[in-house]
Amino acid sequence: MGEKILLKGNEVMCEAAVQAGCRFFAGYPITPQNEVPEYMSKRMPQVGGIFVQAESELAAINMVFGASLSGARCMTSSSSPGISLKQEGISYIAAAELPCLIANIQRGGPGLGNIRASQADYFQAVKGGGHGDYRVIVLAPASVQEIYTLTMNAFDWADYYRNPVMILGDGISGQMAEPVEILPYEPIVDLPAKDYILDGCAGRKPRVVKTLVLRPTDGLVTHNEHLQGKYKRIEAELSLCEEYETADAEIVIAAYGITARIAKGAARLARKKGIAVGLIRPITLWPFPSDAFAAVAKTAGQILTVEMSHGQFVEDVKLAVNGGCPVRFLGKGGGWYPTEDTILEKIESMAAASATIAKGEL
Amino acid sequence: MPTLKRTNVLTEVRTHYCPGCGHGIAHRLVAEVIEELGIREKTIAVAPVGCAVLMYDYFNCDMTECPHGRPPAMATGIKRTQPDKIVFTYQGDGDLAAIGTAETIHAANRGENITVIFINNAIYGMTGGQMAPTTLTGMRSTTSQDGRGEHGEGPPLKVCELLSTLDGVCYLERTAVSTPKDVNATKRAIKKAFQNQIDGRGFSLVEVLSMCPTDWKLSTAQSVDFVNNEMKEAFPLGVYKDKG
Amino acid sequence: MDRHETRIIIAGFGGQGIVLIGNVIARAAVIEGKNVVGMVSYGAEMRGGTANATVVISSDEIFDPFVAHPDRAIILNQPSLDRFEPQIEKDGLILTNTSMIQRGPQRTDLARIKVDATQIAHQIGNLRVANIVAVGAFIEHTNLLSMSSIEQAVKDLFSNKNPKLVEINLKALHAGAEQSRATGKSRPGGAIS
Repeated sequence: MGEKILLKGNEVMCEAAVQAGCRFFAGYPITPQNEVPEYMSKRMPQVGGIFVQAESELAAINMVFGASLSGARCMTSSSSPGISLKQEGISYIAAAELPCLIANIQRGGPGLGNIRASQADYFQAVKGGGHGDYRVIVLAPASVQEIYTLTMNAFDWADYYRNPVMILGDGISGQMAEPVEILPYEPIVDLPAKDYILDGCAGRKPRVVKTLVLRPTDGLVTHNEHLQGKYKRIEAELSLCEEYETADAEIVIAAYGITARIAKGAARLARKKGIAVGLIRPITLWPFPSDAFAAVAKTAGQILTVEMSHGQFVEDVKLAVNGGCPVRFLGKGGGWYPTEDTILEKIESMAAASATIAKGEL
Repeated sequence: MPTLKRTNVLTEVRTHYCPGCGHGIAHRLVAEVIEELGIREKTIAVAPVGCAVLMYDYFNCDMTECPHGRPPAMATGIKRTQPDKIVFTYQGDGDLAAIGTAETIHAANRGENITVIFINNAIYGMTGGQMAPTTLTGMRSTTSQDGRGEHGEGPPLKVCELLSTLDGVCYLERTAVSTPKDVNATKRAIKKAFQNQIDGRGFSLVEVLSMCPTDWKLSTAQSVDFVNNEMKEAFPLGVYKDKG
Repeated sequence: MDRHETRIIIAGFGGQGIVLIGNVIARAAVIEGKNVVGMVSYGAEMRGGTANATVVISSDEIFDPFVAHPDRAIILNQPSLDRFEPQIEKDGLILTNTSMIQRGPQRTDLARIKVDATQIAHQIGNLRVANIVAVGAFIEHTNLLSMSSIEQAVKDLFSNKNPKLVEINLKALHAGAEQSRATGKSRPGGAIS
């Protein structure tokens, strides 16, 4: 184990990006992710990289589009309202099959909302957000150390699949400082040659990056089928999930990101009170680790989904569980934050209700 | 006379442009300049959304399409990561001066070392003749049927005049492609705008007044007259900025 | 509640070095190999109002990084006392900067440390080190972390800025500790388990 240093989640994400070879960052200020452009504005020039404070979120994502088709590892970052603005660009980049990293340090919505932590952009992140049938690989780190490793992995997966990757964080995990070990970057996949980039056509035929497919008349159908084929492959290869004491759990909590971490504490407290509780935590939100959820549903009596929204992630949990066991819900939006005690209370009421049912008193 | 032979910077694909459209002339001039400067193999072009969206079929160099209005932002990403390459955007009036106004102004103000070819034909062509930011006062379009200015549309946006106030800008010139003399002047301006980039001088933009007979609902000859008589009056030709 | 962790809130007004207190304590915890989560309040309330930072320290895994109910509070001005006193856990501990706080805590269940942080800083010759005076008193009283770890954290934070700052901050630290020793403990503070 190397030395640990104390860094905020947002700063760690930046340093991981730099370590992974990210050399282009464009962004726009928005709370609670301002550490990201601030860190990058200082750090990028130190490593020969480029930082641009863009005039808008639209410009930022399109600068990243340009950097990506130039072959650079590149990223942009924002928080919820800003990510809404970037959706146009994300759709184009996904359609053009270009790699990049987008970080969403979520805050309360809808609208301008507030600057407290939230998980209400789940649908936007995993179901599309922009127009058309496309997918973005979505990662949900639950600790500052995991922000570090997943950010480095994100660049590898983006290059490997030629697809945008999103870090779906939140105001708390972005703002909190934890000891982190700055590990050297090692690619986790065999990185393919970037034979699509535009760098001038010296010694080769000109290349075109485009997303308009008018000809032949079924060209866009073919292109969509090609994209869907890739998405199927990603689903088969890249569904990541952590389970904690699910084997004998009567109640399994399903949660991601910062909420999962608190839920783990609640699960421990519940076990001390004699209730067998486990945790299932997706690390990739897309692709969703459906098989792991289906398996848990076979052994668990009930699943409790906890999220900082009024019920988005829970829909994917229900789809994956597919009626295998009851799925309960605890969540609110607007900056609401579950404490271990709040979750424990819900667990206790669920356990009590199921005990009542078991005794035939209902 | 190089103008009498085909330039190798254009492909042999027949364009989709309407008869009398100015895009063909502008394409040809840009291509000739690229050939004459010997930069084809280091050029990356950014195409707009609008009539010129398919220009990647016609140009024999690396090309990318771009979301509507964002070419200056995308070009920023390309040029900053590949400063030794030549990056140009080719944009219409809707792309550059309506949906992409912010990107245009800020790339210009940052002094991005790129070349912008701005085709101003005062109308939305590809979508069928709607009002453009540069549609002339009193001019009818499918969305200003009583003539621009009658229902709060405001006057046409003058891009060169607007950008000339920005210290970051290197070179701005407005030309036309409606007479042989104007065509020659346009080529000179485009060449200068590319040479500025080669020399690292920063943001250069050439605004080209161009014909759109189809959406103006005029003959090709009348369209030439419209540029010469109406557009040049609303958009005076000339150099608006030249840092030298 | 059966928790092996200490949850600290530090509050005052912007400019009192609230964030720095959190940083010193959190870094010292890292030096001791403990788990720690630090957070700073963020938003549009930067100047004039109350600023606060939180630190959670544990020898075990930390689950909830957010401190809704601190068990230790370092309070440097009156508005922060008014705002955070009700949130402190029952039988918790509160340190107040008596130089800036006229009305003391109302609650009787809380262990108290009183330190004339601003006054002591004035005597040392730099009002800005009042925050570190408070840290000295807090650590001396609670034994939450060793004073040598805190000293190391202060050195780490200031050495690349100005060696003179290291010196004056260490002086502030020890002056705070001294006053804490002199006034004695109102109730045993207790180290974390």
